[in-house]
Amino acid sequence: MILAWLIIIPLIGGLAAWSLDRNNSAAARWISLASLVADGFLLLSLWSASSAPFALERGAWLVEHSRTWIPQLGISIHLATDGLSLLLMTLTIFLGIASVICSWTEIRERVGFFHFNLLWILAGILGVFTALDLFLFYFFWELMLVPMYFIINIWGHENRVYASLKFFIFTQAGGLFMLLSILGLYFVHGRNTGIYTFDYTLLLGTSLSPTAAMWLMLGFIIAFAVKLPAVPFHPWLPDAHTEAPTAGSVILAGLLLKTGAYGLIRFVLPLFPGAAASLAPTAMVIADIGIIYGAVCAFGQTDLKRLVAYTSVSHMGFVLLGIFAGNLHSLTGAVIQMLAHGVSTGALFIIVGMIQERIHTRELDRMGGFWAVVPRLSGVGLVFALASLGLPGLGNFVAEFLVLLGSYRVNAAITVLAATGLVLSAIYSLWIVQRAFHGAVKEGMRMPDLSIRETGMMTVLIIAIFWIGLRPQPLLNACGPALDGILHGVSSVQTTERGYTK
Amino acid sequence: MLNLLFLIPVIPFAGFLVLALLGRRLSNASIAFVGVGSVGMSALLSVSMAIDFMTNPPAGRAFTQTLWTWMRAGSFTPTISFTLDALSLVMMLVVTIVGFFIHLYSSEFMQDEDGYSRFFAFMNLFVGSMLTLVLADNLLLLYLGWEGVGLCSYLLIGFWYRDASNGQAARKAFIVTRIGDTSMAVGLLFLFTHLGTLNIQDLMQSARNQWASGSPTAVLAAALLLGGALGKSAQLPLQVWLPDAMAGPTPVSALIHAATMVTAGVYLVARTHVLFTLAPAVQSVVALIGAATLLLAAFSALAQNDIKRVLAYSTVSQIGYMFLALGVGAWSAAIFHLMTHAFFKALLFLGAGAVILAQHHEHDMFKMGGLWKRLPITFWTFLIGASSLSALPLVTAGFYSKDLILWHAWSSAEGSKGLWAAGLLGAFITPIYAFRMVFITFLGEEKMAVSHKPGTRMAVPLLILGLLSIIGGFVEPPETLGNLRPFSSFMQSVFPEEGVALPARESAEMILQVIASLVSIGGIFIAYLLFLRKPLYAKTLSKTPGCSILQRFWFSGWGFDWLYDTIFVRPFIWLTRTTKDDFFDFGYTGIASLTRMAHGLLIKTQTGNIRWYAIGIAVGAVVFLGIVIF
Amino acid sequence: MIASVPMEHGLILAAILFALGLVGVIVRRNIVFMLMGVEIMLNAVGVAFVVAGARWGQVDGQVLFIFILTMAAAEVSVGLALVLQLYHSFRTLDADAASRMKG
Repeated sequence: MILAWLIIIPLIGGLAAWSLDRNNSAAARWISLASLVADGFLLLSLWSASSAPFALERGAWLVEHSRTWIPQLGISIHLATDGLSLLLMTLTIFLGIASVICSWTEIRERVGFFHFNLLWILAGILGVFTALDLFLFYFFWELMLVPMYFIINIWGHENRVYASLKFFIFTQAGGLFMLLSILGLYFVHGRNTGIYTFDYTLLLGTSLSPTAAMWLMLGFIIAFAVKLPAVPFHPWLPDAHTEAPTAGSVILAGLLLKTGAYGLIRFVLPLFPGAAASLAPTAMVIADIGIIYGAVCAFGQTDLKRLVAYTSVSHMGFVLLGIFAGNLHSLTGAVIQMLAHGVSTGALFIIVGMIQERIHTRELDRMGGFWAVVPRLSGVGLVFALASLGLPGLGNFVAEFLVLLGSYRVNAAITVLAATGLVLSAIYSLWIVQRAFHGAVKEGMRMPDLSIRETGMMTVLIIAIFWIGLRPQPLLNACGPALDGILHGVSSVQTTERGYTK
Repeated sequence: MLNLLFLIPVIPFAGFLVLALLGRRLSNASIAFVGVGSVGMSALLSVSMAIDFMTNPPAGRAFTQTLWTWMRAGSFTPTISFTLDALSLVMMLVVTIVGFFIHLYSSEFMQDEDGYSRFFAFMNLFVGSMLTLVLADNLLLLYLGWEGVGLCSYLLIGFWYRDASNGQAARKAFIVTRIGDTSMAVGLLFLFTHLGTLNIQDLMQSARNQWASGSPTAVLAAALLLGGALGKSAQLPLQVWLPDAMAGPTPVSALIHAATMVTAGVYLVARTHVLFTLAPAVQSVVALIGAATLLLAAFSALAQNDIKRVLAYSTVSQIGYMFLALGVGAWSAAIFHLMTHAFFKALLFLGAGAVILAQHHEHDMFKMGGLWKRLPITFWTFLIGASSLSALPLVTAGFYSKDLILWHAWSSAEGSKGLWAAGLLGAFITPIYAFRMVFITFLGEEKMAVSHKPGTRMAVPLLILGLLSIIGGFVEPPETLGNLRPFSSFMQSVFPEEGVALPARESAEMILQVIASLVSIGGIFIAYLLFLRKPLYAKTLSKTPGCSILQRFWFSGWGFDWLYDTIFVRPFIWLTRTTKDDFFDFGYTGIASLTRMAHGLLIKTQTGNIRWYAIGIAVGAVVFLGIVIF
Repeated sequence: MIASVPMEHGLILAAILFALGLVGVIVRRNIVFMLMGVEIMLNAVGVAFVVAGARWGQVDGQVLFIFILTMAAAEVSVGLALVLQLYHSFRTLDADAASRMKG
């Protein structure tokens, strides 16, 4: 039941924030903060539960909650969490709180409705990370989408209408392919066994012909690849990230992208092990293209926010690489990359938001010399730029190294190519540092340094990124059993399937 | 005592934290106290630990301290742990002691600069990272230190960040070394995939057991690691960043770009020397690269006007000697030269810094002159440094280390006459550029008034490093001069292969030593002729067309910058310009505009004319019926 | 007697009537004539139904014709009201004048 509450609290909080908006807007902020903190405590209780995620058996659930919803169609409300989901939910709440705090002064219009959307997105994300019924999963998948459309469309920057529409069409189109695949899987399973169900645990063993598996998997993959995003499904991302308000960008980069990766790990690998294995080389090449192309595009940008957006394409390429390399090292690396990228890129977007709030521009040409003007902001910016270039000791390095370590065993050439991303990331990260923080001070540049609220938030983020970089062991322990279970399932089904095709 | 090992890198890190968090609120005196004091404490600890280590050596002559497991994913379990053995002990001493004196020097040198606390914060971070690098017991932690020192190098080259060209130099340094680092990272992946561990001792052990000499895996592993070493140590073809790195404050050049960081590549190769002995092909490449780099950089040093750039090229050249030593399997000779080079090159940079400070931040030697009267301490110590660099026989540290390298290049199994000749040619050019620098800067007529005379905090480091540049060589007197060799016997525990295989020394060594000494003195004499006695010779010589072309070519560092700019930088920038608007987006905007075009066509049919619609319906009905019937 | 008229004749008549109505709708610009054309087409269809009903001896044809009749009455009443409104707005009965969705 605790899982249901995790999702219900933000839903209610959102409604409350919206309805209270008329009286005062501060109330809306406090309510959303309070509901996220309450969620945080619920998560803490899960972490400290007697069967903590590190002590789980391979592939076992930490908490499971199931009740019927539409029994005629085999739809149920089936929520469950293991270490992997728990990590991602923790990231969700963490970045959720950060995005409420960073929009504290940025959002001044229709505050209640803003927080309603924010909380409903978070509820959708939490749902995606816990749903074990494919119908319910799709429901939450769409639940994330619409409020995000509103956030970009209403509180975005200059080109917001175009960006929000592009975001909506891309993700919606991808989602529809997934719906088709879900239905296909539903009917195939029903025809095979006579049990028509959307339940993930029941659908796991569905035997499919290789062609059917490939087509059904492609439907899922398109949806997830759009979210991830993988080249060539990425063009929505720079626009959406650039135009969204800070909180929107943080959630987009930090969380929405992770739902794609999560979907690949949770659904694609276990449901279609054989097809995933046969697609793996292609997917790894695509990941490489993403890593390199994202980095090259990032360097070419003049809009700081757009630059950071492209770095996401590059970083998420490592996630894709890790997932399809398909061994424990690479998968662990992919999960750590999801966390580290969530923190580091989220923080970079917050920094860009702070700069924009202060000087009302995102153009690199109009920045420079911030080190002399706002040393604290620049110091924080430097830390996260370094995280983004994969400096050892910070989170992204652990992730990228594990991914490369895992994928090297699978395909050395692809891995070496991906490693060139390390050089390219140095180029764009240092470019940010040079153009924004170093250089001569622009004339008349004056702005306040970080406030106490901002300093506190950035301190927590910095501690988080160092923690991931230096002592990631608790995180590895938490997701280890879950990933092991997924891999174990993969290998066992794979062998049977190989027998089947013979 | 040895249990305090972790404190040696931790103290500078703590100093960094204090300065980074509180630096703006502290006075300059307390900043200097924290910044210099932390490294000083590390140095004291290192010295007492070294005494402890030598008086009662731990079992296996190595001590390992594990702090925690960094990450454990399946079989991959790198730890945060430090190892002290003979090699890392020497490195640790060099880093902390030279580092301490450079910090002390900087506390005076930098006192009028903005960002005093930032400077010491980064310097402390550097010392901490460098100590992590040399003490790391596995390659991943070494890589952490490796990238950490690269970062500090970047931050300190760009210390005066307001000038965009400094930022350019800093980025160049970071990115060029990062190319090498990436090769090293791939090497790590390779080693782990094949040998299942990154712990250095285990790696060396299993490489020795599993790989045959000259096997492709060993060659590849050694080559990948070598890539990292070449980047960090500014060797061909990745040497281009070091001269530009002189944009940073001079103490930075002394600490990072002369004494410690740039020699990390030498350390890495020495650390993993088992791989290189298993890959003779790579090892001979190391020797060739060393020889080529030492000559190329020495000629470039001849043509420079900027006193720091002379020193920068000289550093590249001296590291070339170390690579030459590594390439011929003279591991301890390389480390020996690393140590003496750290002393005399740090000394030279600090001396140059004192000169620059005295000359209103002027770097051009030709605008200076006659400084020996005004800056006596600086002059005499600089002279010691230059003599040591020139390997002046018997009295300087540089003589002993360089002589050892030349001897090995001649006599060891991997060595050859060609390598020896290259080294000898380098040894001839070195005194020419070193004393050219001394004569032009300190002798001749006075050209500019002296604005700042070094105080105690600058003078003491100069004197002590001067002393070390003389006596530092006595730890390894050659066999012709007493045959004690305490240094290499101390190193024996790390390089057990060495020493046994060395051919017996005989009169050949004596002859070679005499030749090397004559070459060194001859070089000094030529410098004296050209730049002091008859400066006209130098001028007429440089006016002849052949020479002036050569001079320009050498001045530009053999045109490597131009070459890389043309093949890598410009195409990359062109590429980013072209893809700025994301070329995949065209596909989607294409779909969008197709849809819009179809919309435009269809909208034309909506005329609002009811009879037009009626015709449409009628024709549609007829067509449909036609299809149904036929 | 009914049986003596062949079905084809009835259907041809219906087709001719339908074509005349259609041509009327398409060619005439006066909206009253267009309405009349529509009526003719409706009646043509009605004829076809009746003929078919007679051919098969089923009453459904007549039933449908009565439906058409009532529907045509309703259509005409709405149509005439529209004609009045059109005339009121545009002072003309030309249907082309009402080609834009603006009053």
